[in-house]
Amino acid sequence: MATLRLALQLGWRNLWRNKRRTGIMLAAIGVGAWAMIFVTAFSRGMVDQVVRDGIRALPGHVQIHHPGFRDDPSVATLIDRPRADLVAALTDEAVTSWTSRVRVPAVVSSERETRGVTLVGIDPETERDISFVADDLVEGRFLESPEDKGLILGRKMAERLETGLGKRVVVMSQTPSNDIAERGFRIVGLFESELEAQELGFAFAGEEQVQSLLEIGDRTSEIAIAVADLEKVKPVFETVEAAAGEEVEVAPWFEVDSFLFSLHTMMDSFVYLWVIIVFLALSFGLVNTLVMAVFERVREIGLMLALGVTPRNIRAQIVAEALLLLVVGLVLGNVAAWVTLSLFKDGVDLSVVSEGLQQMGAASVLIPSVTLEDVLTANVLVLVLGFFASLSPAWRASRLEPVEAITKV
Amino acid sequence: MPAVECRHLNKTYRQGDLEVVGLRDVDLVIESGEFTCLSAPSGGGKTTLLNAIGGLDQPDSGEILVDGERVDTMSKAERASLRLHKIGFVFQAYNLIPVLSASENVEFVMQVQGLSKEERRQRSTQALADVGLEGLGDRRPAQMSGGQQQRVAVARAIVSEPVLVLADEPTANLDSQTSEQLMELFQSLNENRGTTFVIATHDEGVMAYTRRRVRLLDGRLVGDGPPEAAPS
Repeated sequence: MATLRLALQLGWRNLWRNKRRTGIMLAAIGVGAWAMIFVTAFSRGMVDQVVRDGIRALPGHVQIHHPGFRDDPSVATLIDRPRADLVAALTDEAVTSWTSRVRVPAVVSSERETRGVTLVGIDPETERDISFVADDLVEGRFLESPEDKGLILGRKMAERLETGLGKRVVVMSQTPSNDIAERGFRIVGLFESELEAQELGFAFAGEEQVQSLLEIGDRTSEIAIAVADLEKVKPVFETVEAAAGEEVEVAPWFEVDSFLFSLHTMMDSFVYLWVIIVFLALSFGLVNTLVMAVFERVREIGLMLALGVTPRNIRAQIVAEALLLLVVGLVLGNVAAWVTLSLFKDGVDLSVVSEGLQQMGAASVLIPSVTLEDVLTANVLVLVLGFFASLSPAWRASRLEPVEAITKV
Repeated sequence: MPAVECRHLNKTYRQGDLEVVGLRDVDLVIESGEFTCLSAPSGGGKTTLLNAIGGLDQPDSGEILVDGERVDTMSKAERASLRLHKIGFVFQAYNLIPVLSASENVEFVMQVQGLSKEERRQRSTQALADVGLEGLGDRRPAQMSGGQQQRVAVARAIVSEPVLVLADEPTANLDSQTSEQLMELFQSLNENRGTTFVIATHDEGVMAYTRRRVRLLDGRLVGDGPPEAAPS
């Protein structure tokens, strides 16, 4: 204990012997720690948003559909409305909401243009809490009931169709008997989305209107379930799967959208990789600083060895000096990261590169997402790696021969 | 029991292609409480012998006992422990750790030994007073003169009451007045505390303070007796 205290005392004081060198090293560690935390928060914010938007884009956290629905999302792959035991499973306290939808490919025609869309028949009451459409509505009104005869389009789709709010369009799709069904709808709402693909890809109508258009009775395409947080997805999935029966497929979001899941899991690997890359850059400076410090103090180390300090204690002093340097640098970097993240807590506007971000499914305003785990990972990894980086100069110092060291010119 | 016993010590060094004799069949016994100087011209072997006694260097052959313990057969760690607990060192220069104050430098060895803070503080205060540096404990080495720094080194060497104090050219970097003061200090510590001193020097003035002069030439012991009786 006394030896450790001595190592820390000497390490701390030696740190400030060459203030300029220590200052430069602290700045480097501080910038490195800042970059580790800020860039990680920034990237995680982007991935979280992509995942969140991806889940809100329609699938929900858990989805029930026909086993062939994912390969052929059409009128040929419908399911019955949920039975009582499945409805009971959907009242699980982890389930925040669920809704049924009809999703089929369709064509929307205005008086001037025709475009292909995915027609989604929704129950507005339950849909509101699960997908983006109610939140992203910017003009007009949301659907009022499954029988509502209105249609909601993305603003960009309306522009492409050269139509607008209050105008009528014709929606055409195919019935189970392979007949073309068509019906006129009045555009009652327009939504805007961060992602152009959403604005161009979907048209929303009342579920019963779509069922009647397609002549499918009360059958539906999918049941989307939302849960309180991602941790609850697995237990809810298992409960629902057990209650759903063999004739339908139950899939969690990470199976429905494997790209989103890859992004989500890749983020953890990215954190480690990023921290290690930044640390590698820092480690050159750290090792160089320690080697210089040892080189400058050869006589002093020789004196200590001559007085009876063990090589192990010498190693402890050098390692303590390295860790103190890292701790101070990390504190500075963490504070800088906290200040920067506070400044950007409402998001970073990256509209200049919005097209590129949209390709990835990301919005142009990214809100950094800091997790305690990421901050701890960065700090602990730097300290652990710093410990190992300091071993070489520490070992070198402890191998000095006192007689030679003390007479070194 | 003698403080130091050396039997048939031999040591050679390599300097480039040359083989240099450091010690040649040296036999020496220093009793506890003796005040001895090792004198030799430069390269004569006095520092080599001092380092061998202090366990800083290993002889090629022969035996060294300090306080009855065989030093030449000890491991590095055992020799470090011997130095820590039984030997005090005063070197020619670079004696102190610059980032520690005078009292912290004096406490350094005791801290490594694991003594309590209170005991360290009490003993270092007394040791600094004994070497005439009362009230200067908070000064860093850079704030002290060369003579004061050597006194701090002496305080550090004696504070843990070692069996033996080894001093290698302790006055080489000091002016004559400060050298005299330092030797008077050594003398008084030897007389009052009974501390055994072995001082390597080629300074006749320093030798005059000691009671025994061991003279080396080309690594061989060529004289042993009171300073005035030793051949010049």
